[in-house]
Amino acid sequence: MSEQDVEKSRRRFLLGSVAVLGGVGAGFAAIPFVSSFQPSARARAVGAPVEIDISKLEPGQRVIHQWRGQPVWVVRRTTTMMEALERTDALADPESQQVDQQPTYAVNASRSIKPEILVMIGLCTHLGCSPTFVPAESGAEFQLGSDWAGGFFCPCHGSRFDLAGRVFAGYPAPSNMRVPPHRYLSETRILIGEDQRSDA
Amino acid sequence: MNAVVKGLTGLRDWIDQRFPLTEFWESQLTGYYAPKNFNFWYFFGVLSLLVFVIQIVSGIWLVMSYKPDAERAFASVEYIMRDVEWGWLLRYLHSTGASAFFIVIYLHMFRALMYGSYKKPRELLWIFGMFVYLALMAEAFFGYLLPWGQMSYWGAQVIISLFGAVPFVGEQLAEWIRGDYVVSDVTLNRFFAFHVIALPLVLCGLVVLHLVALRQTGSNNPEGIEIKASKGPDGKPLDGIPFHPYYTVKDLVGVILFLMAFSAVVFYAPELGGRFLEYNNFVPANPMVTPAHIEPVWYFTPFYAILRAVPNKLFGVILMGAAVVLFFFLPWLDRSKVKSIRYRGVRYRFALTVFVISFLVLGFLGMQPVTTVYTWMARVFSVIYFAFFLLMPLYTSNDNDRPVPARIGTR
Repeated sequence: MSEQDVEKSRRRFLLGSVAVLGGVGAGFAAIPFVSSFQPSARARAVGAPVEIDISKLEPGQRVIHQWRGQPVWVVRRTTTMMEALERTDALADPESQQVDQQPTYAVNASRSIKPEILVMIGLCTHLGCSPTFVPAESGAEFQLGSDWAGGFFCPCHGSRFDLAGRVFAGYPAPSNMRVPPHRYLSETRILIGEDQRSDA
Repeated sequence: MNAVVKGLTGLRDWIDQRFPLTEFWESQLTGYYAPKNFNFWYFFGVLSLLVFVIQIVSGIWLVMSYKPDAERAFASVEYIMRDVEWGWLLRYLHSTGASAFFIVIYLHMFRALMYGSYKKPRELLWIFGMFVYLALMAEAFFGYLLPWGQMSYWGAQVIISLFGAVPFVGEQLAEWIRGDYVVSDVTLNRFFAFHVIALPLVLCGLVVLHLVALRQTGSNNPEGIEIKASKGPDGKPLDGIPFHPYYTVKDLVGVILFLMAFSAVVFYAPELGGRFLEYNNFVPANPMVTPAHIEPVWYFTPFYAILRAVPNKLFGVILMGAAVVLFFFLPWLDRSKVKSIRYRGVRYRFALTVFVISFLVLGFLGMQPVTTVYTWMARVFSVIYFAFFLLMPLYTSNDNDRPVPARIGTR
């Protein structure tokens, strides 16, 4: 067969269709490999709610519990601490406008159901480090300035949060710390991972 | 004696008819002409190859005793250190090798910046090299999670969270990388797979591409003069010498000097004051508490300092990425016709000096706790770092470069 007899357009069509169909096939073949990276059924099942007893929690104290592998903090705020929450001038989102960061029942001045009890996921919204609890009296130790009224300081990149987990403006964290869904089973028992019923 | 020589020659001929053994030896070593004026800066290419071999060998032996399991990983590393015969040496070789890898790679890259080794016709050689560097950073990052100490855990948490800064899909992307809601056993297992199989394979491939590109263009040299431009009547470069035996023997000197320094660290200071092995990593991973002071290993600290300097999550991540990616564009950012710093003008000399200083200062700042003064210093030096790249087309196009001689040794 000489060069003139070659049907170039037919050859091009065959090459093109093989490339397109092969590409589609490769795309479908990639799906199981890509999807295999998703959290497994077991990882998803572990996220069950966790019950916390706060009867022994002293004013000004913080305890750390685990829910979905994440640290959940519970702080019983003192009266001074609650007064400090009224200072909102340096905060980036004092009114908790960003909806994903807390359930609707925590959109208030203390970002909590009960004003004295703070329930929060203890991870910085910047890059996921767990900030350090720095009460007002320890502020000097961390060089946080003389007007430090207590709050949380992230050791990784220096973000600062007040005692309701609200981020101070001008630091790398983009939003307030997250309040997990939670509800009170009784005066002293909290269930983390389930929302408060609307009728309660 | 004659019979032995005859036998060996016969064997060589037998192989050569079936596989291009002699041809390969000649094309890669005895017939490969390298410039005659290499100085000690040209040791670092062969040294990175040496460290690669050390890492592969010590790594294979470590895998024999290591358990990629969140419950047992930390204990298995201690088991290697205390109970496995010579286990401490295998681990210290591997941990020191990781830092040594970055030391020789950074010096190798600085050599390229000094002598313009990334410039035409070596752009692809440079780009393959940059991909080696990227793969090496990934390899080091994946490997660092495996001991499952506090620094392993929180380092991985921070780096994976960087992907959370991507608009809209960030959180799902971070979850997809972790395979869980937090860094967990699942993450450890997949990082292990990447560290021991995927990335070593990628690195091998990239190293081959890097060397093939080098054989195509030939090495640059401290004078920045193309030896291929002046060939003798036999077609061989007048300023070139065969790589073997001249540079194989010379490189051996570099290898011995390197191994002396390397052994000194392995045997006498494997932690190097917390620089090569961080103190916090001797504490098992605790997902509930971040250590009060967290820092990456030294080879990532310049980029970490840039990330911390920016008071905005997404922008910080973008700048940190850009700090690495900008290196890829050096061949096109640099407008000077002259390669070597020996003939380049005062502007490039000044810029390179200031860049190296800013890289070192950022590296130092990335190890320090966050304070107001350090944050401002990091901002100033980040600006200098980026200015080196972004202003390069300006200061290199009208620099007072000197004329480059046609031949080596005629200066």
